[in-house]
Amino acid sequence: MSGGTDVSTTATSITSLQLHALSLRRHVLRMAERVGQGYVGQGLGIADLLTVLYFREMKYDPHNLAWPDRDRFLLSIGHYSIGLYAALAEAGVITVDELDTYGADQSRLEMAGSEVTPGFEMTGGSLGHGLGQAVGMALGVRLDGRSSRIFNLLSDGELQEGSTWEAAMSAAHYRLDHLFAFIDCNDQQADGPPRQVLTIEPVHSKWEAFGWDTQRINGNDIHAIVNAIDAARKITGKPHAIVLDTLMGKGVRTFEERDKNHFIRVEPDEWRLAREQLEENAQLKTKRNA
Amino acid sequence: MSVSAPKTGVTGNILSSDIYGAERTAAAPFGEALIREAETNPRIVGLTADLGKYTDIHLFANRFPERFFQIGMAEQNLISVAAGLARTGFIPFATTYCVFATRRAYDFIAIGAALGSANVKIIAGLPGLTTGYGGTHQGIEDLALMRSIPNLTVIDPCDATELSQAVSAIARHEGPVYLRLLRGQVPVVFDPDAYQFEIGQARLLSEGTDVAIISTGLMTARALKAVAQLSGSGVSAALMHVSTLKPFDTEAVLALVRRVPRVVTAENHFTTGGLASAVADATVDAGVPIHLKRVGIPNCFCESGSIPYLVQRYRMDSEDIAAAALEMIHK
Repeated sequence: MSGGTDVSTTATSITSLQLHALSLRRHVLRMAERVGQGYVGQGLGIADLLTVLYFREMKYDPHNLAWPDRDRFLLSIGHYSIGLYAALAEAGVITVDELDTYGADQSRLEMAGSEVTPGFEMTGGSLGHGLGQAVGMALGVRLDGRSSRIFNLLSDGELQEGSTWEAAMSAAHYRLDHLFAFIDCNDQQADGPPRQVLTIEPVHSKWEAFGWDTQRINGNDIHAIVNAIDAARKITGKPHAIVLDTLMGKGVRTFEERDKNHFIRVEPDEWRLAREQLEENAQLKTKRNA
Repeated sequence: MSVSAPKTGVTGNILSSDIYGAERTAAAPFGEALIREAETNPRIVGLTADLGKYTDIHLFANRFPERFFQIGMAEQNLISVAAGLARTGFIPFATTYCVFATRRAYDFIAIGAALGSANVKIIAGLPGLTTGYGGTHQGIEDLALMRSIPNLTVIDPCDATELSQAVSAIARHEGPVYLRLLRGQVPVVFDPDAYQFEIGQARLLSEGTDVAIISTGLMTARALKAVAQLSGSGVSAALMHVSTLKPFDTEAVLALVRRVPRVVTAENHFTTGGLASAVADATVDAGVPIHLKRVGIPNCFCESGSIPYLVQRYRMDSEDIAAAALEMIHK
């Protein structure tokens, strides 16, 4: 039923996905540099998941976004929109040039993304909305007999919203095995790490207890993401939770190491350094793979 | 406010709709109307948050089990799931009580349903003083909350006739709607063959020259009686029924107030934020002089008690509407 089953996880396909991920990260830096700030850490951290979804797993038509049989990606966490804009530009849904309007007045690319942007299935950002709407869409496509799947990206902090658990309960009740929730655990929320703000662990056993097929993986390892989705697809009768441990700012050392990287403001001269670090990191990875 | 009567009724009257003072009733008009619509429109689906029997949607659930989704006691999720269904092309009718929809799930109505104009129909039971349960269950400020949300259509029907017609109208209307529900045995005030509900249209039910009563929801039934009482006292009262609070029929209301500037509003809701406020906004914006008296619930959490007691306690009866009109005229 998946659009991705015919793609083998050969070394070549992983390398090609890694190139897309690098491209997404370049887009993220380009957007943030224009305005000097943004949710850069999240955009870089989630680039690997979005790459796997948009360039391997999901079936969609970038030129016909309303195609009823498409898979749907729901971004609960509106402030991660910088990452989704990057993926949508890479996928040809919006132009790469439009990325230069990120966060600007009258732009469709708002810092907290909404359904005004093509490719956004809903308005996230007020946290705790995505999974419930994902359940509704999963019920809807099933009622219509479509093979579409629903992918929802949540954050670790968002697990503090009670509505997330209302939705989790209903997804298991209705046995929505065409629903996939990705929980980005980057260990940061607005006021600090969740263990200091409000403990959310044990995340894995919480989802399991709510009746979900659950895995926990390194969310910056493309191969691991591919394998996890492949494994989840084989489990029927349950919705799928894939908990991703990710590193905010992944790929740019100075951002990875920043203490407070929930919202990043950067001096103009630091962007050159960030771009250089991203390219150096990518070269290292290429060498390792060779 | 002084208590003029002892509690004589039965408290905790959660099953009651407003059959108080009704001469004729119809059973479960919402459930029956939804089934009729759904027979010809396969895109209609139903949802509830553990209040199927108490919102009459259990009839739809029995008739179309595959198109019905029980969400359990989770109102935020009720609205989110409905929004998701709407975004896959369905027309979800989601039921709960006014208080739970508007107080508990406000952000979900505003952002999940209204911001993107998702085609969600929220059907909300126990409006105002139609239940003897106290502050937890009486929807006394829901219209104020819902009127504040952009893109949302807000309707407070008078009776079984209008409720049935409204179900049909909102199923055909593209966009989010908040509809106040009367359930169980519901009074029939309007003749189904003569009355025609249309979203956004006020209805002038009687012409008059001394005072104009503008009412919404079940208060229109009492306002009709007030008009007869006033007539007996030699007072000519116009009556306009405004069941759609948003979009508001400003044109019709202004035309009436220009003719008859002494106005009594009557609503099963706070006297702030609902119908009276909408009338005040419209007239002030247009610079139309108005002398306004408001019948409705003051800004307080109401007592529990029997419906007749509560109606008397908060001065919501036909006599209270007539008294407000007379006071204005003889002042």
